[in-house]
Amino acid sequence: MCLENFSSQIVERHNKPEIEAQSTKEAIFTPVVMSRNENEKILIEPSINSLRISIKIKQADDLERLLCHTFTRFMMMRAENFVVLRRRAIAGYDISFLITNFHTESMFKHKLVDFIVQFMEEVDREISEMKLSINARARIVAESYLQQFS
Amino acid sequence: MSRLAIPPEIHQIFHGVPVTCHAFNRDRTSMSLTGMINNFFLIYFISEIAVSPSSHEVHVYRKNGSGWTLEQILDEHDKLVTSVDWAPISNKLVTCAQDRNAYVWTIDAPTGKWKPQLVLLRINRAATFVRWSPQENKFAVATGSRLVAVAHLDVDNDWYTTKHIRKPLRSTVTAVAWHKDNILLATGGADGVARVFSAFVKTVDEKAVSPVWGDKLPFATLCAEFGSLNNGPVHSTAHDGNVVFAYGPQGPLISAPTTGLPLITSLFVAEDALVAAGHDCVPLLFKILANNQWALVDRIDKGNNNKSVSSENSAMDMFKKLARTAQATADVELNSVHQNTIT
Repeated sequence: MCLENFSSQIVERHNKPEIEAQSTKEAIFTPVVMSRNENEKILIEPSINSLRISIKIKQADDLERLLCHTFTRFMMMRAENFVVLRRRAIAGYDISFLITNFHTESMFKHKLVDFIVQFMEEVDREISEMKLSINARARIVAESYLQQFS
Repeated sequence: MSRLAIPPEIHQIFHGVPVTCHAFNRDRTSMSLTGMINNFFLIYFISEIAVSPSSHEVHVYRKNGSGWTLEQILDEHDKLVTSVDWAPISNKLVTCAQDRNAYVWTIDAPTGKWKPQLVLLRINRAATFVRWSPQENKFAVATGSRLVAVAHLDVDNDWYTTKHIRKPLRSTVTAVAWHKDNILLATGGADGVARVFSAFVKTVDEKAVSPVWGDKLPFATLCAEFGSLNNGPVHSTAHDGNVVFAYGPQGPLISAPTTGLPLITSLFVAEDALVAAGHDCVPLLFKILANNQWALVDRIDKGNNNKSVSSENSAMDMFKKLARTAQATADVELNSVHQNTIT
């Protein structure tokens, strides 16, 4: 996460994240994909002044897919409160973070890394917990409904 | 191997404000700052400094006993000041900013205040880096408009005129450095290539001969070109965390590897010693060893060794933390004076 202030060499007096602008080839470095399997992967796209981290969260069945969608949507609607969260995810991924040099200047870099790692750990746990509670709730609802007929 | 005889003086000037650049005057009695990515300022035996706190302002500080007092705020730029340099002998400041301008500041004799003079750089993108030449009659400005502007004082008209080095530069120039002979100029760019040019200006310089880099050196001659080992922008050092030393176009390239993150800035403290710092938050000392190879010999900032170790008593605790956050201790702060990238 080695970012520095870099003003645009395409547009006069502009300073934009090069990974989003994609206009200066030499300012964008080689992206890295890390994956456990094809359903769980993470894409890191570095550039001279910004870094984009996209996460594909594990989705085994329809319920998990639905939960994941509502969860990430909830987060991204409130993206400004999370500072480094991107409002739209990159195509093929569920959630994206955009870290710029202004973030690394004002925050501890190692704590930003911790934040992303912690987010990844907790999102899986959160979704499986929600799935369990939905299943439990569905069972209770079904039982109390079916009691009428017994 | 290298023991510092005098302990470093540490002064915190701003809190929570990044400092982008700084410069010292000759006797170190005054400094000017403009924003380094750091809350702290690590100073080794100094007394005047110019700094810029990541804004359009440049602050000039003067040493006052053991502390520093703000002497003047140079408020002429309207975007982030990217670089400032102090001419030690003629006592002039030059600043450049992302607003595409550069100013030369001189002390106005009756008031004792710094007075700006605009330099027409004729560029249309940000200025990124500025350095005075060793004889202080020229300065070079690295720019985002893919050129290096070399400005010199036009004595008849009392303004600075600019010449451009354009030709092989195809990307933002991120750093420049002068050779002692006042003619050769090294540049580093975002395309990962370092180049050496001649910055000979007819009216200012007498002759342009260098025994190593070539014998005919008209303005903007490309003397040598060095690609960095992996792709990444070249500063005074390369983006891959190594430092490469070049001795002329035919001479050997000597590389000094480090194990840390990329270095951003470097300074020759002597002919055989170099201090470099960057994203690792610790300045490193490089020296020539007996076999003419450069090597990393020391970390200058030793960190705080006498930390309390009482909280970490079970090994399981430590491994748990290592697994969770990749750190053995739960400290928020790094074990160094600087807490962020050194610029």
